Amino acid sequence: MALGLRLEKTHKAPTLTLAGEALTLDLCGGLWLSAHRTLVVSDLHLEKGSAFAARSGQFLPPYDTRETLACLHEAVVRLDPARVVALGDSFHDARGPERMEPGDRAMVAALQEGRDWVWIAGNHDAAVHEGVGGRYADSLTLGGLRLRHEPAAGAAPGEIAGHLHPCGKVAMRGRTVRRRCFVSDGSRLVMPAFGAYAGGLNVRDRAFEPLFPAGFTAHLLGDGRVFAIGRAMLARD
Amino acid sequence: MAPTGAGKTLAGFLPSLVALSGAPRGKGARRGPHTLYVSPLKALAVDIARNLDAPIAGMGLGVRVETRTGDTPAHKRTRQIARPPDILLTTPEQLALLIAHREAADFFSELRCVILDELHALVTSKRGDLLSLALARLHRLSPGLTAIGLSATVREPDELRKYLVPQTPPPVPAPMADLVVVRGGAKADLRLLDTGRTLPLAGHTAQHAMPAIYDLIRAHRTVLVFVNTRLQAEYTFQELWRLNDDVLPIALHHGSLDASQRRRVEAAMAEGRLRAIVCTATLDLGIDWGDVDLVVNVGAPKGASRIMQRIGRANHRMDEPSKAYLVPGNRFEILECQAALDAVEEAAQDTPDARLGAPDVLAQHVLGMACADAFDPVALYDEIVSAAPYATLAWEEFEAVVDYVATGGYALRAYERFAKILRGADGLWRVRDARVAQAYRMNVGTIVESAKVKVRLARSIRGKPGTVLPKTGRVLGEVEEDFCETLTPGDTFLFAGEVLRFEGLSEDEALVTRAGPGTDPAIPSYAGSKFPLSTYLAARVRAIIADPFAWDRLPRQVADYLLLQRSRSVLPGERDLLVETFPRAGRHYLTAFPFEGRLAHQTLGMLLARRLERARLRPLGFAANDYGIAIWMNRDLSERIAAEPGFLGELFAQDMLGDDLEAWLDESAMMKRTFRQCAVIAGLIERRHPGLKKTGRQVTISTDLIYDVLRKHQPDHLLLRAARQDAATGLLDVRRLGMMLERIQGRITHRALDRVSPLSVSVMLEIGRERVYGEGADEILAEAEAQLLEEALS
Repeated sequence: MALGLRLEKTHKAPTLTLAGEALTLDLCGGLWLSAHRTLVVSDLHLEKGSAFAARSGQFLPPYDTRETLACLHEAVVRLDPARVVALGDSFHDARGPERMEPGDRAMVAALQEGRDWVWIAGNHDAAVHEGVGGRYADSLTLGGLRLRHEPAAGAAPGEIAGHLHPCGKVAMRGRTVRRRCFVSDGSRLVMPAFGAYAGGLNVRDRAFEPLFPAGFTAHLLGDGRVFAIGRAMLARD
Repeated sequence: MAPTGAGKTLAGFLPSLVALSGAPRGKGARRGPHTLYVSPLKALAVDIARNLDAPIAGMGLGVRVETRTGDTPAHKRTRQIARPPDILLTTPEQLALLIAHREAADFFSELRCVILDELHALVTSKRGDLLSLALARLHRLSPGLTAIGLSATVREPDELRKYLVPQTPPPVPAPMADLVVVRGGAKADLRLLDTGRTLPLAGHTAQHAMPAIYDLIRAHRTVLVFVNTRLQAEYTFQELWRLNDDVLPIALHHGSLDASQRRRVEAAMAEGRLRAIVCTATLDLGIDWGDVDLVVNVGAPKGASRIMQRIGRANHRMDEPSKAYLVPGNRFEILECQAALDAVEEAAQDTPDARLGAPDVLAQHVLGMACADAFDPVALYDEIVSAAPYATLAWEEFEAVVDYVATGGYALRAYERFAKILRGADGLWRVRDARVAQAYRMNVGTIVESAKVKVRLARSIRGKPGTVLPKTGRVLGEVEEDFCETLTPGDTFLFAGEVLRFEGLSEDEALVTRAGPGTDPAIPSYAGSKFPLSTYLAARVRAIIADPFAWDRLPRQVADYLLLQRSRSVLPGERDLLVETFPRAGRHYLTAFPFEGRLAHQTLGMLLARRLERARLRPLGFAANDYGIAIWMNRDLSERIAAEPGFLGELFAQDMLGDDLEAWLDESAMMKRTFRQCAVIAGLIERRHPGLKKTGRQVTISTDLIYDVLRKHQPDHLLLRAARQDAATGLLDVRRLGMMLERIQGRITHRALDRVSPLSVSVMLEIGRERVYGEGADEILAEAEAQLLEEALS
């Protein structure tokens, strides 16, 4: 049943305007900047599973990297971007690249083939500077848009950031649905985490308050489309 | 095997006491206990220790008895290893820790006797699997060990007899322990509580019976009022206090209450200070309450053996009859109660079948054995298959478990260099380091509590409605996280005997305030039963319905109801399935009455809905209770069946348990929860320990994410197989559904009616309490989105 819903993508992905630029909120959790033919994905947390094994001896299924890359591959094939921006925390830790399986490494190379690939530095992977192709940057400016990992304090018109892993929760008639989401107030935007093992932080958490003092709309990734949910309808955890 | 109250526990210790008192006390301390006693409840172990002390002191035997439970302080544990008592009383989890101890071989070398109490209750769960593996190890460490099982009467005593002794591979007949049966005991005085009121057709609260129950409490010394769910316990407690003009001491006891509060209730009960306790299955086992002179069971009995256990809690003396009342909550439950009365009269038992040992439990045990000492895989395999639940374990499956323990059992060999156990050049497996052993000790056991949230009273801030001061009041107990997730601030609900108002979450606590007097709880007490109706009782209920001569024994209102059903539709034969189709308010309904329990029915409803959808009948929703299901749809099913005579048979054909089931199971929340339990038991993810806070979003990974990734990339992984094995026999009752579909082939009785029949009304009343078919996440989100649009447009 759920599968059926996923197949019939009758809804067009919603579009937002930020600093005069059109942004398309893709159901995969990526952001499509059509004017720049750029796909932005945030918080891939590649090799998070193996990081757990190395650090705490918990053997989580070691398939998170390939799962994340498969989702990214689907979006890249569909949108054919000229540029892909990974908005930080692309690796769960600095040693992630060396733990990567050869097959996954080849997948990254294939994705990078023929496009500009930008790794924005995050707090988890600030020490990664080489070994996985592409170029490295602390932030990136595209027209009126400023792309960085951590949202800046205070007002930041045109900012696109990640880092917070926003999730929205809707509770209705005794059921709850908790999904990853984009959050925006029309001035700035926080992206959902893209990684298969990336957790989520409820958008009603205090961390979001200073970013959106006048409120926000969360765009939740449903099974079949993206849903715009007002702050009042979002439950706390 | 003996009926409750026969004194079997003390009898179990007699041989040990005789041996110990006769033995000359050597100079040196013993290296380990002579006798080990294992009980499912730590409170029971403590209670037994008290009960043993008196005769031992009285006879001057000089035998040392000690308990070892999760509450035993570290210094005492250390001393127990250095200077072991003669008799050690413990729990399955503590035993697992003991056999994984480096000194285990020495410690258990003098063990002569192991006593397993309440064995009938232990063997039906994963705890029983864990205990069976420990027992196999004990038999190896101390050949010649005598294992004594103490059990209530069960349907298949041979299964317990096999459990106690090491099994040998076929074709040798399975070895069995000797069986000692204590017969008799006075017959229970069990009755149906007839209040003379007409009972509703659905619902389980038994509100009508509360004054009668209160009168019974007044007329007796001490009454145990058993109910099936925590919420029913809250409701009953609340209702009894509403009636309690005499201010009788009536207490509440269920698993969600704060442990210290439960201990206070137990102590008050033991001292005879209470007139009644409203309780759930938490008091099914165990402590000898002594002065209880009446048991009242509110709601459906669900199983004959279960009800006999409960009745046995009254009047713990062999020669006097236990007195008990069954209180049905609706007319169907009257049938079920009658079936239970008949079963008790015949002393028929319906305890579940023996379990197949779970792979996740085995994984935990294998790691534990590596912690104890280096192991040879062949020797360990031979030991494991000597445990009855694992007697049929294939070598390949064992290898898969060892591989899982070592590196996670993944086709992608990503974790070789982090292996938890390593195979040396000598062919023996050893634990990697002390850290792995420590993690094992922290995660031992098979009881995985669903994530709980503390409920704490908070003070509201005056003048600022909706704001409360956290950490000000006391903790009332815990509720399941799932339940808490459905609450929004302002909701009122029943808990710990009070109506509480949910104010919000603060860290890991639900903050509540007391709702004003006279407030009705807004969140309905979910009153279904978590125990499925036993197959045996279900068959008896069908037999009663099929046999009008049996109706004489039923209250008039039920007989009338059945007569009405017979005139409007038909009553199904004992082995038949009745299916009714009828229109109502512009929709078309199908009802069916398999009597296989709510969980099996929910699965059935989902599968039927899928088939009806494929047949383009446009199903809209379904509802289920313990007795039947109702599905409603847009198209006329009666017409379709008339046009296509084989249609109904095909709809209920056995092959529905194929791809549809797989697809649905894999997506279901129940399956994810089952997977989480397997993952915790097998040590894939670490237990959340109470008091240990979540430290941010990076530290824990939701098991749902893990489940989704694993299902996609390695669908035959050990833990997914373990979860499916649980689903087949446990929560989802798939096996039972399969047996039902087999039973009804060619035996479907169909009636196309022009309106709802009396029987169908009962299940139709469940509509609205259940989630609607097709109401996926997106429907919920779409509704929330619509509200935003409304705001924008208003």
